[in-house]
Amino acid sequence: MSLIERLRSTLPGGPPAPSGDPLLDELRVALSPDRVKVDGAQRSLLGKDASVFDGGNSGPICYPTSTDEVAAIMRIAEAHGRAVVPRGAGTGLAGGAIPLGGPVVIAVTKMNKILEIDEENGVAWVEPGVINLDLTRHLQPLGYHFAPDPSSQQVCTIGGNVANNSGGPHCLAYGVTNAHVAALEIVTAEGEIVMLGGLDAEPDGYDLRGVFVGSEGTLGITTKIAVTLTRNRPAVRTLLLSFESTRDAANTVSGVVAAGIVPAAMEVMDQRITQAVENYVNAGYPTDAGAVLLAEVDGPEAGIDIDAERIRDIGLENNATDVRFAQDDAERAALWKGRKTAFGAVAQIAPDYYLHDTVVPRSKLADVLDEIYAIADRHDVLVMNVFHAGDGNLHPLLIFDGREPGVLDRIHAAGGDIITASLDAGGVLSGEHGIGVEKQKYMDRLFTDDDLDHQNRLRRAFDPVCRANPGKVLPMGHSCADIQHLRSVPAEVWG
Amino acid sequence: MTAVLHTSDPVLTAFADDVGTDGPVAIEGARTRWSLGGPLDDSARILTAPTGVVEYTPEEMIVTVRAGTTVADLHSELATKGQWTALPERGGTVGGAVAVGQNDFRRPARGEVRTSVLQVRYVSAEGRIVSGGGPTVKNVSGFDIPRLITGSLGTLGCIAEVILRTNPIPAIERWFASDDTDPFAVHAALLAPGAILWDGTTTTVQLVGHGVDVDADVTVLTSHGSFVEVEPPEAPSGERWSLAPADLPAVPELGIGPFVAEVGVGIVHAATPQVREPLDPGVRLIHERMKNEFDPAGRLNPGRVVGAH
Ligand SMILES: Cc1cc2nc3c(=O)[nH]c(=O)nc-3n(C[C@H](O)[C@H](O)[C@H](O)COP(=O)(O)OP(=O)(O)OC[C@H]3O[C@@H](n4cnc5c(N)ncnc54)[C@H](O)[C@@H]3O)c2cc1C
Repeated sequence: MSLIERLRSTLPGGPPAPSGDPLLDELRVALSPDRVKVDGAQRSLLGKDASVFDGGNSGPICYPTSTDEVAAIMRIAEAHGRAVVPRGAGTGLAGGAIPLGGPVVIAVTKMNKILEIDEENGVAWVEPGVINLDLTRHLQPLGYHFAPDPSSQQVCTIGGNVANNSGGPHCLAYGVTNAHVAALEIVTAEGEIVMLGGLDAEPDGYDLRGVFVGSEGTLGITTKIAVTLTRNRPAVRTLLLSFESTRDAANTVSGVVAAGIVPAAMEVMDQRITQAVENYVNAGYPTDAGAVLLAEVDGPEAGIDIDAERIRDIGLENNATDVRFAQDDAERAALWKGRKTAFGAVAQIAPDYYLHDTVVPRSKLADVLDEIYAIADRHDVLVMNVFHAGDGNLHPLLIFDGREPGVLDRIHAAGGDIITASLDAGGVLSGEHGIGVEKQKYMDRLFTDDDLDHQNRLRRAFDPVCRANPGKVLPMGHSCADIQHLRSVPAEVWG
Repeated sequence: MTAVLHTSDPVLTAFADDVGTDGPVAIEGARTRWSLGGPLDDSARILTAPTGVVEYTPEEMIVTVRAGTTVADLHSELATKGQWTALPERGGTVGGAVAVGQNDFRRPARGEVRTSVLQVRYVSAEGRIVSGGGPTVKNVSGFDIPRLITGSLGTLGCIAEVILRTNPIPAIERWFASDDTDPFAVHAALLAPGAILWDGTTTTVQLVGHGVDVDADVTVLTSHGSFVEVEPPEAPSGERWSLAPADLPAVPELGIGPFVAEVGVGIVHAATPQVREPLDPGVRLIHERMKNEFDPAGRLNPGRVVGAH
């Protein structure tokens, strides 16, 4: 009996009607017909993510509900020589979830259960489709939270956070996703279910768990995650410092780091974005300041004011025009709401934005920011800056109206110059959005051929034939069989 | 156009020449963990990695250091600026500490080795200098080579130089001990202790932070038992067990003789070695492929296998 016959014979309601496409038929038997979508609307929706890049062509879209179903999808895709693309909420900004070459898309959004809170071991086991904020809301009453808090946390998934090694304002002291994952169950492109890492202190072997985090869906798909629980802090102080210039704000950030203080968060917003935010949510930001620094310290009550006051003093030494302490939780929440809705706020100014993501040494922040404003002027585009200043993670936001002819060319040219400026300052390509399809072509500016070759070897150890999310991260010419693979899919096949 | 991570440091180039392109080779540090991973094949040529702190920028909280430098030398330089790293001070070298990947016994206070390696340069089995990661404290540019190399015991590449994250040395560090306390209750009660060690009888707690925070923690401690202030303990030695934190209360019943457990972490130091489970077949397959990709001829640290028991 063939695999498909065997699977069919076990179906309670009898086999679904054959569609004439064996791949589709097998997927429908392995899951259920309603959880394998091929209609044009779905395929076009899931052809894109939140990035500015053109959509790709997806093959069948699967919504598994268990690890075994994911493994079955992997094996069926392999039998048909098709690639697979894992997908969470599709909020990625580097095009990581864009399907290239008609792959089977595995959307994990129905795998959204919080499986177990294991307080003794300090972890929560979750399925990959759990929404970041849902997890934190679930943990809060128990005295914990999940530390990475991307601005997209109301919608993005933990699986997506793992794949992109996502960060957020509060990752400065606590670290990005990689510091908060103890173990990962993954399904490889060959359909093997493998547990990486573990709850013991120093699991044996190579740190494959650490390697998987940030691999953007190219090493397989994660189906179960043990995230570490971070204790809620008893005391918090939130300061809003106003400055005449982004330079003064950036220098304050460098000064705080140099003073050996590691605040919970240090976020800078320039005047343009502050004004947009104020118009949008009335969070209480000063619209006349050239830039604001939102800083937060947390910890035990006793010493909390020591660091808060030192940050104030460093701000004043760097020409802060005003320093305000949030008086209560409501004021703190309003300030954070303003920061986290910054990207929504720009929609009032122009319909489209391109959010960049590079990292520079913290002492170079002020210089690189000046250069970014100059680059935007040179290309005649509007730029706003709102960023994770504490770890040097810049997020220049280029704002435009996509209907204007030729504007995207200018946006991409400005973006390229921003990347160059960041690398020239000793920085790197991405702090938290990943490479995806966005920055592949810049990889050889950061890494040598030998470096990229070794990254490719790492990848092949997990996925020798490069069937998991092909065409991402590594630049063409390095990504093992990616190119042949994508070309080998006949044009008339799905997409 | 030269890639940002390209290096032409003659010291590293000379090391790459030493490693060469063929024949079995191994790097020795201070031999403090020399037997890990099994006996080294006799055929291996033994080399040492280059030494020296290349660049230290305390205001960025990063340091570039060559692998042969001792952790003690590195930390004495960092101490001049009130900083240190997560690497344990056990008489070894930086490269050895990264290759082994084991954490300090005060892990909550010191951080984890695997999160502190921001960039790594190593000499590959082909004798090439390969770099991974980058010099910034946050980075998701490509595959995470530093994670792979940390704890790889020199089986994938000969570590030549790393960039490490540094941390401020806490203002105050004090140790307290008690013979009548439940260490697990203490762990639950303290927000961020530097370390909690337990030998089945005595609970020894390190408190770190601002003086006022430490004072507040002392009050918490004394509500749990009769604690007295003690000198900082020696780093525990012996065999190293890796357990889950929830396994620790049952350690006295394992009959493994005298032990010191790191409460909340899961490491147990004991005289008898842990009998470890073999790697899961799926994990082993990825390991074998990884080794084969990075070192197809098996010339790097021959005889040693990561995760083999
Ligand atoms: C308004 C806005 C604000 C944002 N703010 C931040 C921020 O502050 N910090 C930040 O880091 N990011 C931010 N992002 C980017 C994005 O939200 C994160 O990268 C997020 O983690 C992606 O999660 P997702 O579920 O949407 O993943 P998707 O976009 O669906 O997928 C992202 C990548 O992960 C892979 N993937 C998804 N699920 C799995 C899985 N289970 N196993 C393996 N691979 C998988 C995909 O193949 C793809 O490569 C923001 C995005 C938007 C739109």
